[in-house]
Amino acid sequence: MRYQITHTTRYTYDVPVSTCHNIGRLRPRPTPQQTCNNSHLIIDPPPAVCHEWQDIYGNNLDFFSIQQAHSALTVTARSEVDVSPPGALLHGAFPMPWEQVRDYLQGDSADVQALAARQFALESEFVEFSGAAGDYGAECFVEGRALLSAVEDLMRRIHRDFTYDPDFSEIATPLEEVLAHRKGVCQDFAHLAIACLRMRGLAARYVSGYLETIPPQGQERLTGCDASHAWFSVYVPYQGWVDFDPTNDQLPADRHITAAWGRDYADTAPLKGVLFGGGSQHELEVAVDVLRI
Amino acid sequence: MGGLFAGYTGAPGRYDEMCAAPGQVRGHWSHLATALNALGAAELQRCRDDAWRQIRDNDVTFNIYGDPRGMGRPWELDLIPLLIGSEEWQVIEAGLMQRAELLNLVLKDVYGPRQLLNQGLLPPELVYGHPGFLRPCAGLPQATGRELLFYAADLVRGADGRLKVLGDRAQAPSGAGYALENRMVVSRVLPSLFRDSHVHRLANYFRAVRAALNHLSPRPEEEANIVLLTPGPANEAYFEHAYLASYLGYTLVQGGDLLVRDGRVWLGTLEGLRPVDVILRRMDDNYCDPVELREDSCLGVPGLVNAVRCGRVAVANALGSGWLESPALLPFLPRLSRHLLGEDLRLASVPTWWCGEKRGLSHVLANLERLVIKPVYRGGGLRMQFGGDLGALQRAELERCIRARPHLYVGQEAQAMSSAPVLAERGVAPRAAVMRSFLVADEHQYHAMPGGLTRVSAAEDQHSVTTQSGGVSKDTWVLATEPERHSSLWLESRQARHVFNSSDELPGRVADNLYWVGRYAERAEFTSRLLRLALRFLMTGEDENATCLECLLQALDQLAPPLTVVPSGAAAQAREHQLLRLISEDDRPGALAQTLNALLSSARSVRDRLSGDTWRVITELGEQLRSLQRLEAAQLLDALDEMDNLVQAFSAFSGLIQENMTRGRGWLFLDMGRRIERAILTTRLLRALLTPPAARGEEETLLESMLSALDSLMSYRRRYRQGARADNLLELIVSDERNPRSLAYQLSRLEKRVGALPREQDKGIRSELVRLTLEAATLVRLADVGRLAEVSPESGRREVLEPFLNALGDRLPALSEALTAAYFRAAETPQQLVRSRARG
Repeated sequence: MRYQITHTTRYTYDVPVSTCHNIGRLRPRPTPQQTCNNSHLIIDPPPAVCHEWQDIYGNNLDFFSIQQAHSALTVTARSEVDVSPPGALLHGAFPMPWEQVRDYLQGDSADVQALAARQFALESEFVEFSGAAGDYGAECFVEGRALLSAVEDLMRRIHRDFTYDPDFSEIATPLEEVLAHRKGVCQDFAHLAIACLRMRGLAARYVSGYLETIPPQGQERLTGCDASHAWFSVYVPYQGWVDFDPTNDQLPADRHITAAWGRDYADTAPLKGVLFGGGSQHELEVAVDVLRI
Repeated sequence: MGGLFAGYTGAPGRYDEMCAAPGQVRGHWSHLATALNALGAAELQRCRDDAWRQIRDNDVTFNIYGDPRGMGRPWELDLIPLLIGSEEWQVIEAGLMQRAELLNLVLKDVYGPRQLLNQGLLPPELVYGHPGFLRPCAGLPQATGRELLFYAADLVRGADGRLKVLGDRAQAPSGAGYALENRMVVSRVLPSLFRDSHVHRLANYFRAVRAALNHLSPRPEEEANIVLLTPGPANEAYFEHAYLASYLGYTLVQGGDLLVRDGRVWLGTLEGLRPVDVILRRMDDNYCDPVELREDSCLGVPGLVNAVRCGRVAVANALGSGWLESPALLPFLPRLSRHLLGEDLRLASVPTWWCGEKRGLSHVLANLERLVIKPVYRGGGLRMQFGGDLGALQRAELERCIRARPHLYVGQEAQAMSSAPVLAERGVAPRAAVMRSFLVADEHQYHAMPGGLTRVSAAEDQHSVTTQSGGVSKDTWVLATEPERHSSLWLESRQARHVFNSSDELPGRVADNLYWVGRYAERAEFTSRLLRLALRFLMTGEDENATCLECLLQALDQLAPPLTVVPSGAAAQAREHQLLRLISEDDRPGALAQTLNALLSSARSVRDRLSGDTWRVITELGEQLRSLQRLEAAQLLDALDEMDNLVQAFSAFSGLIQENMTRGRGWLFLDMGRRIERAILTTRLLRALLTPPAARGEEETLLESMLSALDSLMSYRRRYRQGARADNLLELIVSDERNPRSLAYQLSRLEKRVGALPREQDKGIRSELVRLTLEAATLVRLADVGRLAEVSPESGRREVLEPFLNALGDRLPALSEALTAAYFRAAETPQQLVRSRARG
């Protein structure tokens, strides 16, 4: 499936900004299921300095500095991405119990891929280990259950137990609070699932990306398609990473487009930076448009 | 062995550096022991006082965190050096060089190809689970030579006599400057002993430092612009930052002095932006760039990491190198050494177990009581704990923490560190010693400083040795087999010339601080003079003086409004109380102690710009401030002596600034500060004392005392040969351009200084600053002193003088504002961009 993605971020300031240095993770990364043929940023006002590179996870990054005074900043990313559905990895095809996966991952015979996955089994800024998060997934991870079946169950439960509420949480709402109120957005659900997995010694990473805006005829519109979306991915020995979307209760196939991945939101923030000036009132508007072409 | 060392036996159960057995001095110590004995206790005491005085005079300090009085604590130096024989040194040196090479390769690998992780030689948690592993630094361009430019190791000697590494310092190792200062002091107070001991010199090390930093420059064809980046005066080792910056000839900068533009780093100076090629970093890497590293850092330079990524600036040590300090690496080093160097590790570490491995964890938990439990990184709120010191509850709590996050802890064998002799109250006593060695890499190899910084514990039974916890330092002598030629850092004259070129690059922050050094010094001197006068009035206790005292107190209060004024006619006791507060309160604006405090803090931020002698006066002022703060009501009259001392100290200060400071930009701002402050205070004093004229009879006393406060009584008497009169006084204090205390003098100086400012030259249009200066100067020049002195028969006030002083009183602070806006106004504070979350 081929998509055209337009991701526009616009900041307006009450006092002009004299200089800003920013980092964007807006050009979709390559994945086993996805290639990005064409991707570019349109930045207004034009930056004096631009530098592209890949971070430690292989995400595409852009550093840019604007050195002229401005009261508004618009960053538009336009990309064309081909996505193919992952080979159907049925539970039957990978019956390894989750404890065995854990032991293999943490054991001495782990292969290079597993060693590399282990950094995603550690705590991170947005995924702190806590008793509440540990308890939450307990029913899914019963003894001897196959990993993928347990994770799918976890995804279902989160979808069932939590209300999608864009007004409830903020960027840094702690998991404890999300758990207490059973509310949040995709970012919170992904972080929660990741915490449940990591606390059991499994490797899970955070994926940020997009959903198709207008569904094909006969299919329902997915939640979170008008903004950037987030889901999680779990490491399966010998197979690689398998994605789960707890917000929509589904295994991402060819309607999810990956932008970047990392330990949590902090590693994948689409746009961040430091600015000089700008006063204290900043307005932020984000628009995402994903078209099938 | 008798004399000084009689009864010295070392510490029980420990290796002693000096004695192989009680009474039996090791070979390489015998010369020193004999020589110290020959000097005798009394002479040594004299040398010790001498050393202490030097340290105090140079204000060699160390800041203790978490202690309000911990700022500027004097550095402690024990005179007896730690000796290392030349043969042993060769072994240590080779071991240190190998270790540095090894750590350099490890560093290059984890931020580069990460082969060690892929091959299973380093567990992922050891790298990825360490907060010092900075992901944005992965893949940054690496130096062609060594990435780990500076390296330091803390060495201890166990009971078996073997030196082992207690910990590695790879981030921004501190102590080399203190080691140098220790050497300067010891070689100065014990010159012949030092000369005859054939000690290896330290200058070569610092020469290698300069060469190494030059070599790092991304523009090798040109002379490198190098700055030393400090977190600021609150950092524990700020003294050293300033000291090394001066010694090496680099500009000392804080994050706010630097900025990234066009993809490279610039130093903002009064003349404009100067490119920076190399940053010698004394700031932890995490704090260096709020764009890519810690976002809450206010110390760093936004955009720095990307400038490094684009190869436009080099930072030493490389950003991310703090990770190498993780003690979790220690148990892996022998294997890594064989793998990476094909050699066995020469210099062993103190046995250490990383809890991130199952075997390590079970060993540590099983042996908790004989291990030191250390977090794998510093500054995360986790503390080092001695397993043996813990009660059952604490122990259980520690176990719980370790089990919850095992990769964040190591257990290290509690070392019986060797003891070294220190001069104690009586004779000589043994103290546990740790030696820090320093290495620097040039393009070919590592160079170890022959010597180092030895620290000894504060008490005999203390088992950790840190300067934070009250340790004392020692010079470290590596003995040469034959005498070495004296050498200094400055052999090549070409380099020296370069330094003088760069020394006039004044960041706005430095200019600002120098300006305030000038203002506060003047304010403190002025206040001391008035207080001295007030105290004299108080002492004589005559009725006639009582009124004058009241006028003075009111004047003092008005110098820095708004303050509460004791109602006139208040009891003498209330007046004493008010005086005391004016002297000793350090949170009361305008009080002497507060002004002195502000002076010291401004001076500290620019200590690399003030000469040694000037700094000595500043130190002296610090001492006097402390005694002022201790002042109690009963001793108020002692304060008179203090005021005399202060006035003298300030005369010395002015003299030094006037006679010894180069007339560069720095001096310009300092002098402007003095002039503006003196003009402001004089204006306020005139207004307080002259606008409501005192009753006849009293006025003469008041005028006289004012003349004496302004140090102008002699000139007055010589010129007018009559009792004090308002018109004469105004002529002398307002209009006389030859009197260095007059307003006319201050303003004509100010006009000159403003004209010499970098941005005021060749300007067609007068700036706000020039306009205000001209207005103030003209007001004073056109003043008619006869009319100013007139008292209106109707109101009984000086109705011409009042508006004149008001006009001046408005212009002068505005002038200071204009100067601040034009030259010092801090660049806008950076803030984080609001981030959008994934809302999906």
